[in-house]
Amino acid sequence: MESLSNRKKVIEQRPMNFWERIYLPAIARGLSITIKHFFKKIPTVKYPEQIRPYSKNFRGQHSLKRDELGRERCTACGLCALSCPAEAITMTSAERKKGEEELYREEKYASVYEINMLRCIFCGLCEEACPKEAIYLDGPHVTADYLRKDFIYGKDKLVEPKFDITKLAQ
Amino acid sequence: MEVAFILEKLILVVIIFVITLVIAMYSTLAERKIAGFMQDRYGPDRAGIFGLLQPLCDGGKFFFKEEIIPAGAHKTLFVIGPVIAIITACISSAVIPWGQNLTIGDQVITLQVADVNIGVLYIFGVIALGVYGIMLGGWASNNKFSLMGAIRAASQSISYEIPMGLSLIALLMVTGNLSIGDIVANQSGFNWNIWVQPLGFLIFIVCAFAECNRVPFDLPECETELVGGYHTEYSSMKLGLYMFSEYINMFVSSALMAALYFGGYNFPFMYDLGLSENWITIIGTLVFFLKIFGFIFFFMWIRWTLPRFRYDQLMNLGWKMLIPLAIANIVLTGIITIVVDTYFK
Repeated sequence: MESLSNRKKVIEQRPMNFWERIYLPAIARGLSITIKHFFKKIPTVKYPEQIRPYSKNFRGQHSLKRDELGRERCTACGLCALSCPAEAITMTSAERKKGEEELYREEKYASVYEINMLRCIFCGLCEEACPKEAIYLDGPHVTADYLRKDFIYGKDKLVEPKFDITKLAQ
Repeated sequence: MEVAFILEKLILVVIIFVITLVIAMYSTLAERKIAGFMQDRYGPDRAGIFGLLQPLCDGGKFFFKEEIIPAGAHKTLFVIGPVIAIITACISSAVIPWGQNLTIGDQVITLQVADVNIGVLYIFGVIALGVYGIMLGGWASNNKFSLMGAIRAASQSISYEIPMGLSLIALLMVTGNLSIGDIVANQSGFNWNIWVQPLGFLIFIVCAFAECNRVPFDLPECETELVGGYHTEYSSMKLGLYMFSEYINMFVSSALMAALYFGGYNFPFMYDLGLSENWITIIGTLVFFLKIFGFIFFFMWIRWTLPRFRYDQLMNLGWKMLIPLAIANIVLTGIITIVVDTYFK
């Protein structure tokens, strides 16, 4: 019966003939192969000087978004933490006080929001779960560090900096 | 006269020594670069432009590494090993003619340190000494891997010195001379010895690979089976000296092949271009170095192409193929010489 892959090859075991025994033709063939590679284009990307563009749906470090008035969008509903398969997200909610309307968009906000970057698998389920469009994985790579505690990113690292919407429009 | 002579030779020795060391230094970089390009990558390019400072970094690193002498090692021999290796590698370049005569004022300077009339024999003696460095180092380390490497080095170098000598005998039958200076001078223009001794050259280059312990004959080092072979126990600059002597050996044997078979400093139409004698000498020396670099490149090209021979294959090739071939080459050369002399002159 013929095998399924049809890749079986019967190898003939015969003594080497004269040309094979003097090695030289085989050596010449090998040399021609290596010299061809010598002049080939090199696919290496010289990393620090030359950075390959990321794909459009690259998922990097999380950022907590602000709305058009510069208020934090997050309302601390906890859906992101619930959806997270690696259980990397924790948060503490707080009620918005009077006079804080320009800081937080909703009446409830996250006073503490922490992501453990060592647990995070960058799957993007948190940004899918978020009903307020408050979290996106659109940052750069998460960089290396020395201590485990330094990988727990708080709001100081996650919330995007305030920007002026009028200047952004230009 | 005497003082001027000694001074002239001294300057020449220093220049050749410096050139040898610099070339050996940059051979290490060239090797890694060529390895890189042949494997579709760049090789070292971080230290300086194109990695040109890499050899300096490597050398500096060797100097600052910890010096370890194993407790069970024979201390004196352990230290002497790399010293012998590097000295024998360096002194073999003494009889190689680097160019013709240079005339400055009424001084005639020969670009050869010593035109010994038995230059070929001298080279052989020095090459035979070279294996002592490896043998002593390997044996004094008191390590089984090192000992294996040393044994292999000894047997390999004995086996391949015979066909090398026999191939040179055929060359001597053609040239009728043992002085390397005269052998090179007789190949003026395009009358290179390779045209009359192609088989001899083939045998010689295979043996040169074996004598330099280069791939495919690098059994004494043999990283995959013997850790580091004879230099397993070596560290710091002593290891550096072993590495260095390997590259110097490669340079010297390239120079030897270029001188004996590829006309040395001779290049085609050297007397028809109407150049002054000094210019011919200078261009000739440059051409000689170009040939040497070509051979060094060939050494590296082979290294990144071929796998290592097995030990029994190595011995088979040496004793059963190269020696009979070299003897046949001698007989053939003799017959052809007689036929040409009697019927075509």
